[in-house]
Amino acid sequence: MAEAFFGYLLPWGQMSYWGAQVIVNLFSAVPVIGDDLGTWIRGDYTISDVTLNRFFAFHVAAVPLVLLILVVVHLMALHDVGSNNPDGIEIKDLKDPTTGHPVDGIPFHPYYTVKDLVGVVVFLAFFSMAVFFWPDVGGYFLEANNFIPANPLQTPEHIAPVWYFTPYYAMLRAVPSFLNSQFWGVLVMGAAVVILFFLPWLDRGRVKSIRYRGIGYKAWLAAFVVSFLILGYLGTVPITIWGQFGSMLGHADRATVAARVLTIVYFLFFILMPWYTARDTTKPVPVRLT
Amino acid sequence: MMNVVASLLAAALIAATGCASANESGVRLDPAPVRRLDVDSLQRGARNFVNYCLNCHGAQYMRYNRLTDLGLTEDQIRDNLMFPTDKIGSTMTAAMSKADAAAWFGTPPPDLSVEARVRGADWLYSYLVGFYRDEKSVTGWNNLVFPNVVMPHVLWHLSGAQKLVKTEYEDQEKAEAGAIAARGLALAEPVADGKWTVKTLAQDTPGEMSAIEYKAFVADLVNFLDYIAEPVRNDRIMIGIVVMIYLGLLFALVYALKRSYWKDIH
Repeated sequence: MAEAFFGYLLPWGQMSYWGAQVIVNLFSAVPVIGDDLGTWIRGDYTISDVTLNRFFAFHVAAVPLVLLILVVVHLMALHDVGSNNPDGIEIKDLKDPTTGHPVDGIPFHPYYTVKDLVGVVVFLAFFSMAVFFWPDVGGYFLEANNFIPANPLQTPEHIAPVWYFTPYYAMLRAVPSFLNSQFWGVLVMGAAVVILFFLPWLDRGRVKSIRYRGIGYKAWLAAFVVSFLILGYLGTVPITIWGQFGSMLGHADRATVAARVLTIVYFLFFILMPWYTARDTTKPVPVRLT
Repeated sequence: MMNVVASLLAAALIAATGCASANESGVRLDPAPVRRLDVDSLQRGARNFVNYCLNCHGAQYMRYNRLTDLGLTEDQIRDNLMFPTDKIGSTMTAAMSKADAAAWFGTPPPDLSVEARVRGADWLYSYLVGFYRDEKSVTGWNNLVFPNVVMPHVLWHLSGAQKLVKTEYEDQEKAEAGAIAARGLALAEPVADGKWTVKTLAQDTPGEMSAIEYKAFVADLVNFLDYIAEPVRNDRIMIGIVVMIYLGLLFALVYALKRSYWKDIH
């Protein structure tokens, strides 16, 4: 997300400029230190050349280095614990007594290198289709507004984030201001990402694979996926899209209310996870791979 | 691999839901007959652009010698399309200075290099056929697609003058049906008492060209604008076809390889 955000300013079009403005303002919404934090990130009082320069440095050097380090850490961890399997079985529990190798284990090379080549080619096919035949993807990959050079004096009518940020943007917009502060929306949006890191501790399931999980987990997962997709859609459209409720509900925008409910579902998936995964009835896990 | 496919499908789903309408003011646009492979049309479009647009609007990301794409030689470009002060490698900049433009029009005319990607070809085409006489405006012209635009109708002697025709309808549904029935540029708007009117244009006085000739003139021009917004488009599609064929063959190969390596697993 950081890599995408820093890179998005670089074309210096209207959407780049105003998108960066919106995201830096999220940090400015932090109580007490907000304004100074915003200035510190921009290096200036507005998005300017200085900001462009440092975002370039972050985009092409600093963040890629971090990503490289993470790749190394990932490979080291993979080397240590090995891969999972679709059955979620600990293959190291059952070793061949003579060689000491897990009986259900196969070497990464050639089996996975060869298998992943197929995945790489399929990805390249989709990637090339976008690059060669449909680079703007209907205005979602290359936005029409971004072909207008950045102009600090003219705000675009409708600032929408790029498509992969829209679920989080929908959450940000849905959270009402409270105690004269817009910071709660920023907090919720940040938490929506950070909470993913807690998954290993939240999941109390006795089995790893979804093949043997109970109905509770599957139902919650489905609700989560649906919420995420609808939030993603709502993030791309104006909040008035579905009209307003009647006077009983204070003429609230239907889309905003829907986004609030879906945001709650998104978080309940994580917050209730220790409870519903622990009480789920699971199917027995086989000893050997099926 | 399944994860890759699934996430790509999810991305496609998100992209497919709710494609934002290209045009938010509610005008039904007249679709532009863009023909990217029609070199004759592109050459005529280049001529029209240089003769009628380039005095005020630049195309600062386009170089004259790039027009060799359109089957022109450098000498033809130099003799027919360039200001004598420009060099063959110069960018197509406007003759009018920005300061003058701001003084005369209030705002400098936009650069047209990538305008077709900002507005879309249909919008540009509709805009250029959407001028009508309006005595109340400063220039004497108004536009159905871009109301109260400051640009005067520079092509008026070719097109002649159009006038605004308003038809009243009882409700929104009937008005929208009426706008569709107009088969071309039409704008449905609410008026008082829940009634709606549909604005269309009709020829008032003839110009040097017939209505059909003028539309063909504008179509060539828009075709050219669409070309300069992405000059490599035809090339990239050709390269893309080769790449897809290559990836298809490669897929068959790597899939066979995978099957062969994995045949004794399971």
